[in-house]
Amino acid sequence: MIIPRIIIGTLIASGLSVGLAISGLAYATANPAPAAALKQTTQDAAPQLDSSTADHTKFEALQADFKSGPEVTKACLSCHTEAAKQIHKTKHWTWEYKNPDTGQVLGKKHVINNFCTAVASNEDHCSACHIGYGWADKKFDFTVQENVDCLVCHDTTGVYKKLPGLAGHPNYETMEWPPKSGRLRPPTDLKKVAQNVGKTSRKTCGACHFRGGGGDAVKHGDLDSSLENPKRYLDVHMDTEGLNFACAKCHVTDAHEVPGSRYGPTASDTSGAQMRGSKEARNPATCQACHGNTPHDSADAKLNDHTHKIACQTCHVPAYARGPRHTKMSWDWSTAGRLDEQGKRIRTRNSVGKVEYDSNKGHFTYDRYVIPEYKWVNGKVKYTLFGDKVDGSSLVKINEFLGGPDDPDSRIWPLRVFRGKQMYDKGLQTLAVLHTTGNDDTAFWKNYDWDKALATGMKAVGAEYSGSMGFVETEMSWPITHMVAPKEDALKCEQCHTKGGRLAGIEGVYVPARDRIVAMDTAGFSLALLALISVLIHGAIRMFVSSRKRG
Amino acid sequence: MQRIYIFKRFERFWHWSQAALITFMMLTGFEIHGTYAWLGFQRAVDYHTTAAWVLITLWIFAIFWHFTTGEWKQYIPTMEKAEAVLRYYVTGIFVNAPHPFRQSTLTKHNPLQRLAYLFVKLVINPLIWLTGLLYLFYSSWANWGLGWLNLEWIALGHVIGAFLMLIFFIAHVYLATVGHTPTSHIKAMVTGWEEVD
Repeated sequence: MIIPRIIIGTLIASGLSVGLAISGLAYATANPAPAAALKQTTQDAAPQLDSSTADHTKFEALQADFKSGPEVTKACLSCHTEAAKQIHKTKHWTWEYKNPDTGQVLGKKHVINNFCTAVASNEDHCSACHIGYGWADKKFDFTVQENVDCLVCHDTTGVYKKLPGLAGHPNYETMEWPPKSGRLRPPTDLKKVAQNVGKTSRKTCGACHFRGGGGDAVKHGDLDSSLENPKRYLDVHMDTEGLNFACAKCHVTDAHEVPGSRYGPTASDTSGAQMRGSKEARNPATCQACHGNTPHDSADAKLNDHTHKIACQTCHVPAYARGPRHTKMSWDWSTAGRLDEQGKRIRTRNSVGKVEYDSNKGHFTYDRYVIPEYKWVNGKVKYTLFGDKVDGSSLVKINEFLGGPDDPDSRIWPLRVFRGKQMYDKGLQTLAVLHTTGNDDTAFWKNYDWDKALATGMKAVGAEYSGSMGFVETEMSWPITHMVAPKEDALKCEQCHTKGGRLAGIEGVYVPARDRIVAMDTAGFSLALLALISVLIHGAIRMFVSSRKRG
Repeated sequence: MQRIYIFKRFERFWHWSQAALITFMMLTGFEIHGTYAWLGFQRAVDYHTTAAWVLITLWIFAIFWHFTTGEWKQYIPTMEKAEAVLRYYVTGIFVNAPHPFRQSTLTKHNPLQRLAYLFVKLVINPLIWLTGLLYLFYSSWANWGLGWLNLEWIALGHVIGAFLMLIFFIAHVYLATVGHTPTSHIKAMVTGWEEVD
């Protein structure tokens, strides 16, 4: 809306014009309206009732001394009869997603990434983040209802914790944790946890999503434990003292299916803010689902002209890892396996105390307040999956978000690009599956033998390791969408509208102050300079002539 | 030597406020174009836009004034004495030759001025306004059936207009100093009274 400027312009100009004809303006000083007395309403300090209508401590089914997670689940299902059936259909359970655009079968179960690389052959470790119990190997039965883990998402006590190596179970006995730390973790009090279930929270979702890739802040870059209790600066929606959104506020969940996923992202959303009760089949987690496509008010109307080219996140998430945590920026597996003189595992830390080298994993780099990379993204994504040709000669894109300037569904998105070097099978010419962890002799973290570990890993996906491996450079892209800054911390116009700014590498769109037609500028300024020189010469001659006349 | 009243009050107001606005818009405009950094892109855009609406409003008043007073006739082009005036500025001015054109209330502008101002009014200004308004209403193009337009062309047209205005501005400011005395034309534009032979 440009109207206010029109009004301002009209007022100024007509005011000046008319004012010229009228001499003497009388000023009437209007008395300010009497200040309305502020009514102070005092609220009775009534005891706060929990908004839930069920107190789970009173439920008979939950009075048992549970010995295992599945026992708790059985109790849950005695009331919530359909819950497990719902869970069984979700990505959180199947770790599988069929991309409708490409037909590729994605999901954690199938994708090889450039962090820990692959789940296959490492299930008992990775399934610490599976919402189930007992996924230790590929024999896991995905149809058993009591294998669903209700507690990991619905715990409110904070004591429930699934540990790597336990195939998705919490510890039922006293256990040293972290390993070799000397600290003992008591058995999980399942009764207490079961009696204190509630809605999901940033903390429960974050138990996995803040800690993917082997630790806090490692994987996403825009999700880490600083979002458990963020200030407004870190995330304007999750601000504990402000809106205090839980994840599910945007990821509005229906029948346990949580919408919003980078496997099938929504790059552009032109359908405006979503009405309550709307039956539209659309992703409720987009910015536009609440804010629409013209969210800026009339004072910033020009900003609305950007929404058909630029994702909201490009300006409103000016950097990722904006909290105190350092996120991992690269992972080089090629140096893994080096041991000290005693043949023991080496771990070195950098100046901020982050592990820089680990015999188990190789070299890492970290960063904080990271400026994203920008790319046209239309929501379609192509992965390099196991079996796709990788010959080691060129950089492998673990995933690639497609899109371009001429595609109306594309927007310029901020991406976190995670770079690394990882294992591939030279003979089979594919990314390799590494048997990383486990108690058997072939696990890489046991004996640091690439060939043995790869043979086991590849076998888990039905392939036979060729016996020849190498390391290939890879990169994986993650659209950035969390850690939404307050508007005063959003990108400033000048950060893109300049030469060499944030969008320096983006093609196919004219960005004022970044772009120009050089020939036009050269011609224009040359002609203006010529005009200036001409009048100066003309003036100089006039001055010379008139001074001679006077002399 | 006599003094005649050439420029009316509104005309002077229009001229000087337009001069200020155009100068300001050239300064902010070339910043938006990326030629230099001064106010910062955002403020440059805000100010440029506000100044544009002020200038458009001023123009509406000016057009009204021109038609109601008949002053628009001052810009009807003529070639009569045009060559003589040109010759005066190329040579005559240096040998103190008399100006071939005599200013009067009915003919304020010499033939070259008429042509120059007409060019400003019929070519430079429309080009700038048309491309500038399209630039402002970028998001409405599709609704107006102009979805085939492309921002780069519009920006190019606007910048061509700006360069033409800059060149006009340089020549105009200089030629303001070529009266009886270097400041006599400028004084006339301030007071309305011009000294003529």
